[in-house]
Amino acid sequence: MSKQKKILHKINRNWCKGCGICVHFCPKNVLELDKDDKVFAAHPDDCIFCRMCELRCPDLAIEVISQGNKI
Amino acid sequence: MPVQDYIRDRFFPHIWCPGCGHGIVLNGMLKAIEELGLSKNEIVMVSGIGCSSRISGYVDFHTLHTIHGRALAFASGVKMSRPELNLIIPMGDGDALAIGGNHFIHAARRNIDLTAIIMNNRIYGMTGGQFSPLSGHGIKASTAPYSTIDHDFDIMELAKSAGATFAARTTTFHIKEITSIIKKAILHEGFSVVEIMSQCPTYFGKQNKLGNSFEMMELFKKNTRKIGSNKKLENKNLIERGIFIQKELPEYTNEYSKMVKIAMGKKNER
Ligand code: SF4
Ligand code: SF4
Ligand code: SF4
Repeated sequence: MSKQKKILHKINRNWCKGCGICVHFCPKNVLELDKDDKVFAAHPDDCIFCRMCELRCPDLAIEVISQGNKI
Repeated sequence: MPVQDYIRDRFFPHIWCPGCGHGIVLNGMLKAIEELGLSKNEIVMVSGIGCSSRISGYVDFHTLHTIHGRALAFASGVKMSRPELNLIIPMGDGDALAIGGNHFIHAARRNIDLTAIIMNNRIYGMTGGQFSPLSGHGIKASTAPYSTIDHDFDIMELAKSAGATFAARTTTFHIKEITSIIKKAILHEGFSVVEIMSQCPTYFGKQNKLGNSFEMMELFKKNTRKIGSNKKLENKNLIERGIFIQKELPEYTNEYSKMVKIAMGKKNER
């Protein structure tokens, strides 16, 4: 298995309003909106853990967690 | 996310429209409080009326949701009676500078230790997109369908001339600046003003064809520059971000407690 850090995108679907701010500003195009206009990590392996999505979300709906080198 | 510990999550999802800048201010402010390591009991948040003032309902501090434009007056009262507490007063541009303009200049003049956060979206959102004293000239609003004819305040200039001892500006695009500036403002002893340019995509954005929330945030990035950067040489119209004023002056509640001591001494002499 990969030795890379595992990064999790924890999304609170009840709070996400689909504004797309996190999607638009993600430097690595990790995030997308699904058919219900809720965000999901479409390319989680590209995430550089900058956490700008989490910091800018107006709805406190996304949290990025790095699980260290556990794998 | 530890910022979750500071909110009343039973009221979420919050009432603000998708992409409203006020949520970003909330997010950045909670981060500032978390980084300062303040306990919930040390903070009193006082707000007036407007979309922005809803913020006090969502945070798990001591909170007072008061009347339009008068948040600073209530906050001054709390600070006078409990000077050891940190008072944070989030306000909209209209709440702070139209309805509450008089309270604003006098709180600044007294240099009372309050942290005023003005979420400037240049519009009255809650009541349907009327123009405010921060809209500026040539802006469309529901009360200015052919565009506004009056000019806006420059909050930094106003704060400075009224006597604020800390004044800084940033935008919802510059989220890390929001957090670092609010931290400095809270630690500052005296009246601090933090202006955060914020987007109301629902009214200001739509009426002025500025696009959606992140397109409006792109404009904050494009149309501002840090104080001291040489970007202004290329474009004189750029709005400056950063700390405009940071100085020491005797703080009002400190001065007041000195007066109380003097008066008590005189009384005992009699
Ligand atoms: S910024 Fe927040 S509310 Fe907006 S789409 Fe992303 S997670 Fe959802
Ligand atoms: S942490 Fe950074 S790279 Fe990862 S999804 Fe969020 S914005 Fe994109
Ligand atoms: S009306 Fe404007 S300011 Fe009010 S919640 Fe909606 S976007 Fe935000």
